[in-house]
Amino acid sequence: MRHAFWLVVTFDAELAEIALRSLRVTLTALVIACIIALPLSALLAVRRFRWRRSVIAILNALMGLPPVVVGLIVYIFLSRSGPLGALGLLFTPTAMIVAQVIIIVPLIASIAHQSLRDLWAEYHDLLISLNVSQFQKMRTLLWDARRALLTAALAGFGRGIGEVGAIMIVGGNIDNATRVLTTAIALETGKGEFALALALGFILIALALGVNLLIHWVGQTERDSRW
Amino acid sequence: MVTELFPLILAGAETSRRGKRLVGPVDLSLDGQGLCVVIGPNGAGKTTLLRLMHGTARLTAGRINWACDTAEARHHQAFVFQRPIVLRRTVEENLTYPLRLRRVAKAVARRSAQEWAERVGLSDLLCHRAGVLSGGEQQKLAIARALITEPALVFLDEPTASLDGRATREIEGILSHAKANGTRLILSTHDMGQARRVADKVVFMLGGKVHETGPATAFFEDAATPEARAFINGDIVE
Repeated sequence: MRHAFWLVVTFDAELAEIALRSLRVTLTALVIACIIALPLSALLAVRRFRWRRSVIAILNALMGLPPVVVGLIVYIFLSRSGPLGALGLLFTPTAMIVAQVIIIVPLIASIAHQSLRDLWAEYHDLLISLNVSQFQKMRTLLWDARRALLTAALAGFGRGIGEVGAIMIVGGNIDNATRVLTTAIALETGKGEFALALALGFILIALALGVNLLIHWVGQTERDSRW
Repeated sequence: MVTELFPLILAGAETSRRGKRLVGPVDLSLDGQGLCVVIGPNGAGKTTLLRLMHGTARLTAGRINWACDTAEARHHQAFVFQRPIVLRRTVEENLTYPLRLRRVAKAVARRSAQEWAERVGLSDLLCHRAGVLSGGEQQKLAIARALITEPALVFLDEPTASLDGRATREIEGILSHAKANGTRLILSTHDMGQARRVADKVVFMLGGKVHETGPATAFFEDAATPEARAFINGDIVE
């Protein structure tokens, strides 16, 4: 344990590179996932269509999507003989981002939908009477529920940064290329380097907490004087 | 602007849900003058009639005709709900919201919000969250938000139902000011005192139908039907 702390304190360049790669991959995946999931959840809240309930049920079910299976499917699609093999994305950070996006979109969309559905119930009569367009309804809900949506995004970040199975498969855990904190932890544990694995774990926890706190601070969550 | 919308004519207008008729058939003609009060006991269909006229309840039979195109008429209307609905925003942002929807410039919308906040006595609360206001303040905000676009017609569904005397008086003051400025108001209430104070015309509803209608003075002095007389006298009418 002492050795692990020492490794964290000395924080060498390779460790920093791995940590930064983890952040870069997960934050990119998070931004892309939010761009997909938030409008989708708003649409599901305000629009009534035939298969709406089924779509919501599927979205909720997909929250429990096994990351390893996602990794496998992305691998098949991106492998040289796969339909997207020509893009040459397998074993790159982009492939890891794709896998993470697939994993966290249902999570963000489901949590966001719960909040937006409640807000829609509150605003419904007003927005209908104001005769606002579907797009304006969605924009109003997304803006007014931004604090709750931040929580959804943080849940997505938590899932993404701690993910190992899918990114191990599609990234390959290649040194200086696709190795991130979680895959490095798995590797070092396998090698019996528990001190290094633990040090990486501490950094992972610090990153997760740091990003959460930063987003709360930027979003001014829990401040009474503002929404 | 008022003459563009009226007369409003309802001919055999009905709304039903799951086979049950909620309101109708209603035959009614409203001109563009003064304040019309829709009264009646709970469950008489006052709210549904207002929503039907506003276009937020589905017309299942009959017709509703405005003097202009229905979409155009809808553009010049606003609705105030019994339980004020405020956006999770500041008072100022609540007031600017309908203006911004109509693409009014931000600076103009803010100036207008400040003017309206002053008119309804909320100028000190512009930067406060609307959610922390009292019930009376929220309702004043909802009314100001409805009036800020200068609609020709405002529907008010029991706007003072859960408010005390002071808040009720303030809101009636705002409404009489709006009426004086030429805004047509259609207000539902089961508060007979309020109906007597503010009404120019009365529509008495019972069992989902318009039971009696006429000028307020004539209605309160000499209602034509025994049910209306009983309601005016405070008897239980079903």
